[in-house]
Amino acid sequence: MPTFTLVHLEYLSWAALWTIGLSVIAFIGGGILGFGVAMARIAPSRVLRTAAMVYIQLVQGTPLLILLFLIYFGVAILGFNQVPAILAASLGLTIYASGFLAEIWRGCIQSVPKTQWEAAECLALTRWQRMTRVILPQAIRIATPPTVGFMVQIVKNTSLASVVGFIELAQAGKIINTSIYEPFTIFVIVAIFYFLICFPLSTWSRSLERKLNVSGR
Amino acid sequence: MSAVVRLSDVHKRFGAVTVLNGVSFEVGRGEVAAVIGQSGSGKSTALRCIDALERIEQGTIEVCGHAVHDPKLDRRALRCDVGIVFQSYNLFPHLTAEQNIMLAPTCVKSLSKADARTLARDVLARVGLAEKADHYPEQLSGGQQQRVAIARSLAMQPKLMLFDEVTSALDPQLTGEVLKVMEDLARGGMTMILVTHEMSFARKVASKIIYMHKGTVWETGPGAIIDAPQTLELRKFVGGEM
Repeated sequence: MPTFTLVHLEYLSWAALWTIGLSVIAFIGGGILGFGVAMARIAPSRVLRTAAMVYIQLVQGTPLLILLFLIYFGVAILGFNQVPAILAASLGLTIYASGFLAEIWRGCIQSVPKTQWEAAECLALTRWQRMTRVILPQAIRIATPPTVGFMVQIVKNTSLASVVGFIELAQAGKIINTSIYEPFTIFVIVAIFYFLICFPLSTWSRSLERKLNVSGR
Repeated sequence: MSAVVRLSDVHKRFGAVTVLNGVSFEVGRGEVAAVIGQSGSGKSTALRCIDALERIEQGTIEVCGHAVHDPKLDRRALRCDVGIVFQSYNLFPHLTAEQNIMLAPTCVKSLSKADARTLARDVLARVGLAEKADHYPEQLSGGQQQRVAIARSLAMQPKLMLFDEVTSALDPQLTGEVLKVMEDLARGGMTMILVTHEMSFARKVASKIIYMHKGTVWETGPGAIIDAPQTLELRKFVGGEM
């Protein structure tokens, strides 16, 4: 019976890179989409606001696992060829991240005092100028700690991408386990990998939060 | 004298509460009008209506040729003509004093950065804060912040300035420095409407006193009416204030 060797460790390291890569894709994609949804959520148009709210509720109310299945199999049913695993995983995680980031950012934008909007309005700035020059610079400070905190959730949830056949850290662990059957050793090591990715993020988030509280700006 | 501001029969309700119950007054070019009255008399609301920050239910408001009561009002054009200063300063905390002032001229009037900076230095000097250009609002005292807020409005070269209880959050010493800036403005010929609790300032600087009571203009006249009120309510109000 073979045991856990450096070769396996190398395989896991390679899979960890995919985990990081998928996290980055999900964060960037989810960030762009989520920003759009957050803007729609506070738009003057009632239709836009409602649409954004429905989207957020749907995404937040659907387990990521189901979302991934829907994309992976759903697209095939629509008559296209089977989606590549990386595409399905990226799309699923992007949608998932956008639903949560939109809501986090909406809260941060709305926590900027109304009087700031009013002051900007009274200086004849357009709505877009008010948003980009006055509100967002202040909201970004408030949003940074929870956003970095949410990146930890994204990293951990990439493990679900294994269900569509994407080989990331968790899936790599499973594959090694089928060959050497040392589940405890393997998954402890997998867990350590996740920890090494997530711990710096949580630390960063906490330090950002401290800085923000100290400066009070 | 042509009227810069004309309110006639303005009504405003917040839910079931009637805040303005048929307010009418005029302010002419170069005039300084002080709106006085108890808390809840509707004076701040009247001021906010002039800058289209509140929608009115009935009546008409004309400001610098803009029909403010008209739903099709071009708000940005109105705001280019009207400057407003708030009790809580409302400076942008992420920008320095100078950047606070430069923002609107560069965004709205498309001034170049260099021109806007010259303009900012100029208006900061007018409020006596030339040396504070690079300070953030949190590094300034309340009085200094309020003077920067006044400078920020001035930079848009408004035809009318509104002041909403601008000294109410300040201690007497800081109040003095802000009032001095306003007095200089008044002397420079700026048309101003100020909601204030500073009776002695109102009497000294204002060419017109508008005493509001229960959502209407109760008594109006030159600064002297503070010394010789015609109505019992104003007599009581002035007596209680001074």
